[in-house]
Amino acid sequence: MNHKMIESGNVAAALAVRLAGAEVIAAYPITPQTPLTEKLSQMITRGEMDAEYVAVESEHSALAVCIGAASAGSRSFTATSSNGLLYMSEQLHWAAGARLPMVMCVVNRGVGAPWSVWNDHQDAISQRDAGWIQVFAKDHQEIVDMTLKAFRLAELTHIPVMVNYDGYYLSHTYMPFELPDAADVKAFLPPYEYLHTLDPERPESLNTVTLPDARHDVNGVKRGGYMDIRHNLHEEMRLAMEVWEEIDADFQRRFGRGGAPIFDLYQCDDAEFVVVAMGTLANQFRDVVDRLRHEGIKAGVLSLQMYRPFPSSHIANLLQSAKGVMVFEKGLSYGNQGALFADLKSALYPFPARPTLHNFITGLGGREIRTEDLYQAVKTSCEPGNQSSPEQTDTPQWIGLQL
Amino acid sequence: MTSPAKTTVLGLTDEELIHPGNRACTGCGLSVLYRIGLKALGRDCIFVVPPSCLTVMQGLYPISATQMPVLNGTFASTAAIATGVRAAMKRRGKKTQVVAWAGDGGTSDIGIQALSGALERNEDIIYICYDNEAYMNTGVQRSGTTPRGGLTTTTPYTGKQEQSKNVPEIVAAHNPAYVATCSASFPLDFHDKLLRAKEIKGLKYLHIQTPCPPGWGCDERMTIEIGRMAVECGLFDLYEIIDGTKRLSEPSERLLNKKQLRPLQDYLALQTRFAALTEEQVAGMQKRIDERWKCYREALKEEGQ
Repeated sequence: MNHKMIESGNVAAALAVRLAGAEVIAAYPITPQTPLTEKLSQMITRGEMDAEYVAVESEHSALAVCIGAASAGSRSFTATSSNGLLYMSEQLHWAAGARLPMVMCVVNRGVGAPWSVWNDHQDAISQRDAGWIQVFAKDHQEIVDMTLKAFRLAELTHIPVMVNYDGYYLSHTYMPFELPDAADVKAFLPPYEYLHTLDPERPESLNTVTLPDARHDVNGVKRGGYMDIRHNLHEEMRLAMEVWEEIDADFQRRFGRGGAPIFDLYQCDDAEFVVVAMGTLANQFRDVVDRLRHEGIKAGVLSLQMYRPFPSSHIANLLQSAKGVMVFEKGLSYGNQGALFADLKSALYPFPARPTLHNFITGLGGREIRTEDLYQAVKTSCEPGNQSSPEQTDTPQWIGLQL
Repeated sequence: MTSPAKTTVLGLTDEELIHPGNRACTGCGLSVLYRIGLKALGRDCIFVVPPSCLTVMQGLYPISATQMPVLNGTFASTAAIATGVRAAMKRRGKKTQVVAWAGDGGTSDIGIQALSGALERNEDIIYICYDNEAYMNTGVQRSGTTPRGGLTTTTPYTGKQEQSKNVPEIVAAHNPAYVATCSASFPLDFHDKLLRAKEIKGLKYLHIQTPCPPGWGCDERMTIEIGRMAVECGLFDLYEIIDGTKRLSEPSERLLNKKQLRPLQDYLALQTRFAALTEEQVAGMQKRIDERWKCYREALKEEGQ
């Protein structure tokens, strides 16, 4: 039985975390994440959710509690935003290197300085190399479904998963969504038995100092050094794409929703021009595409759901028939260009067809993103006879600057 | 208050939970503590360890010198990681003792925020700080507990110009279930205190002065002797704070009856790290020790009246 409701994105996330059976939750307040963990603490205090809630003194400690709990075999969850995520940075790398299956919601927000409490993606983008799987939701239903699937992905791959959704656009906005039945979720996401856990009856030393070279253990078995262990993380993270697709297929079979785990396509079947974006920004482009289609321009939107591991060949294959691709993003690698743009460009390089690429930076620190501006940017990029030099084409254009 | 039965050498378990031939330096005070500490704690424990000499002593992958389950974690988060392990044990209904074991840098400097948080939440864990009074594992840099005048590689020539942090008093200000100071040179006192801590719910903090021959510049055979001197000179006091009441432990308590404490100079002279201290500085340190012990004696008199 499904439960339909209208609630905020943060509450949707909290209800999904409850459904997922998270056992240990540790969090520190930060806007716009706070209502998510407030809701969790309320449900736990009222006895509506069976879990330990640890109100820690920092985000660094929030993830530390999750690291401790997951290492001892508990399903763990935390959530944060912006500078809170950056304060966790050391622990992000640690959790990934320790191969701990945990889930974190990142309610995306601009990073200081200067302070901004409003939305962009710089927080998550800046942590893209930490070894976490990163997925992006673009509506409340996706927050619920992705969070549930994220726990299963983390536990099957032993890689932590970050579920990203836009601050305010989703976190504080009310939208309808469906919550699956608890018993059905339990069947989809059964309790997980950890292989290597802290247990006095089977003592193991976890995350000990490794040496540059592989070494033999006391039984004469050769064990990897740091580099071999890290290579495993990378290889298994690449394989996580397939696992994510399988999980999505199972989820779709059980709950009727899904089918677009890696990216969600809108009007892309015959598209000559494809817009690529993540999160709610991708939704906004549906209006742009409708208008362009009405004018006879074959445009479509690729909404990227999974950013790390980066689905290089999925995207490159899809874009083989496109003439032009425009990447719009709310974050960048300072001093270079949009991080997603750079990723996409490198994904296309080994393939024969390389469409014209344009990069746009928009909406930083909550700057209003006007659909009209998006329309103009896409339309200009679609026009033939664009005489820009390669350097100009490769330079990101900023939309919505006011000075 | 009646003293509980004291540990004797004969009363220690024969079982060894740390293998010989580990990577501790010759004369390491920590290796004494670890060996005796495990005897008191027993097997039903999980250790949480930040970067420290203990990380190295416990072994390099894939070889382990310890028979305990150990979670190595980031430097700043020992008490928070232990909190997470405790929460997981609670979920499983297990009484397994969670023991955070960190150095003085990991406790008084980078780890103090997480420790303060865990103290405020009164987490049911044992937190042990082995205090060798500098960052010894990285090669003797000053820490928050390096004593004034102490030479380290980052306080060269003149020695440290600032006073050290009194971590057990900082901890005590959080009013936790149990605070104790110990010395690696009084391992049986440490054993006693761990047995006591095991029976108490809430956060138990043990702060242990731990002589370090390479860091302190002393002879490797002098580890025990130097730690004893620190107590006998009245420099490092052994005590317990239970329910807010501080009580000197026997090795320090017996000093109350002495007319004259052993001169601090005896302790300082055995270590090259104090070579930069002037006579005036030593006299000043001696004066502070004498004043503190005067206070102890006066408090005792008042208590007696």
